Amino acid sequence: MAWLIAQWERVPPELQALIVVALQIVGVLLAVVIAVAFLTLGERKVIGYMQLRYGPNRVTFFGLRLFRGIAQPFADVVKLLLKEIIIPGAASPFLFLLAPLIVMLPALAAWVVIPFAPEFVLADIDAGLLFLLALTSMGVYGIILGGWASNSKYAFLGSMRSAAQMVAYEIAMGFALVGVLMAAGSLNLGAIVRAQEGGLLSWNWFWLFPLFVVYFISALAETNRAPFDVAEGESEIVAGFHVEYSGATFATLFALPEYANMILVSTLCAVLFFGGWLSPVQGYLPDGNWLTVSGFHWLFLKTGVFLFLFLWVRATVPRYRYDQIMRLGWKVLIPVTLVWIAVEAVLAWLRVGPWAA
Amino acid sequence: MQRLRSLLRTFLLTELLAGLWVTLRNLFRSKITVHYPEEKTPQSPRFRGLHALRRYPNGQERCIGCKLCEVVCPALAITIDTAESADGTRRTTRYDIDLFKCIYCGFCEEACPVDAIVETRILEYHMESRGENIMTKERLLAVGERYAAMIAADKAADARYR
Repeated sequence: MAWLIAQWERVPPELQALIVVALQIVGVLLAVVIAVAFLTLGERKVIGYMQLRYGPNRVTFFGLRLFRGIAQPFADVVKLLLKEIIIPGAASPFLFLLAPLIVMLPALAAWVVIPFAPEFVLADIDAGLLFLLALTSMGVYGIILGGWASNSKYAFLGSMRSAAQMVAYEIAMGFALVGVLMAAGSLNLGAIVRAQEGGLLSWNWFWLFPLFVVYFISALAETNRAPFDVAEGESEIVAGFHVEYSGATFATLFALPEYANMILVSTLCAVLFFGGWLSPVQGYLPDGNWLTVSGFHWLFLKTGVFLFLFLWVRATVPRYRYDQIMRLGWKVLIPVTLVWIAVEAVLAWLRVGPWAA
Repeated sequence: MQRLRSLLRTFLLTELLAGLWVTLRNLFRSKITVHYPEEKTPQSPRFRGLHALRRYPNGQERCIGCKLCEVVCPALAITIDTAESADGTRRTTRYDIDLFKCIYCGFCEEACPVDAIVETRILEYHMESRGENIMTKERLLAVGERYAAMIAADKAADARYR
């Protein structure tokens, strides 16, 4: 051990920093991938329970009976990776294989700007929110490309729907975030969290509640989740953009990015509207109480709540009709955000709420 | 006023919340799943599963080769050949049921005048190679012998409804 530390001190400081950052990146990526794995299990469990079923309850680690079904995601991964990758004869092979990467990379890269804890963020850049918006809208290119390169009508229809939906809801989401920016006065996610300091009611959701609702609905649409999953729409277009994908390409095009994006937007929900790593009882209980300590656990808890909400909504509502999605996006959500931004401007001008100081 | 109320209902997402409440309640209700290999649902004595040919208590085959079951079978799953046996009675030399053709309707059981062919309550059986789907006379008799007590009990339980 001492030898290792001695060796470590001989490494030049620049290289040391690089190694530390690389290890942090690997750690975050691993955490995300494992979270994705358990989210798929959680989804099947939650939806199963809501439908009076048990969901997966057979696969365990080494026959341990503590929580049955816990090894299901790993069995799924092994199955998917061992399956044959079929490239349709009419498809364009290069684009067909490129598309999954284009979907997956932004879904993972977006995590660099997420502030996990007061001192832990991979890249503390000032335009963090802008970076996120840019990256999350990259993913749709992969979906369009995948659907188009498959050279299949269903896949093409699915990707067209996905594209139109993304355009519609990206705007509503952007406007909802404008409200957050007005409240925080910064694009840096860490600064946005710090601006919400001071307990449950000083978080953004209280003053920006309509924007929060709009953000959450657009987040459902952005991640192609029920009730906005017309891009898959198995009752109409088989499986949408990923009909032709199988095995590992299916896993990287569809399963991993979809769930990684779900976790990402849930985390963003927590960071932007629910005070990220801040404790909800801060300011209500005397300082020094263990409940008032800010930290990663609060972010984890809040993200978990939103992820549950994602699954809960999926178990509850039927799929929207396509034209209703467009109507909701353009004619309801965007006006609502615009109105609330105006209200917020008046509030800020009158110096009430978070602008009181 | 009406419009205002409907607008308010829409924007407060009341219907969505009502739906969410329903699913949340169901999350905590007891589940209706039967853990199949460990738990099984109750069966009726009339359950129509794997076929069997029965014998009389003295060991004589019940089947008299009347071919009523062959005639009544809607799926044409039964094939019977008969011949005169040593004691001068008519007996089957071949009695095949193709389990792939059989639709488990129970007509053969109903048609049989001597209660020879029956459908037992056995439902967990399988085939491992081609041809095993044909239940020959020997295999049918073997099933009948092995589960004789169960078949008799089921018949007795159902007798008062016939």
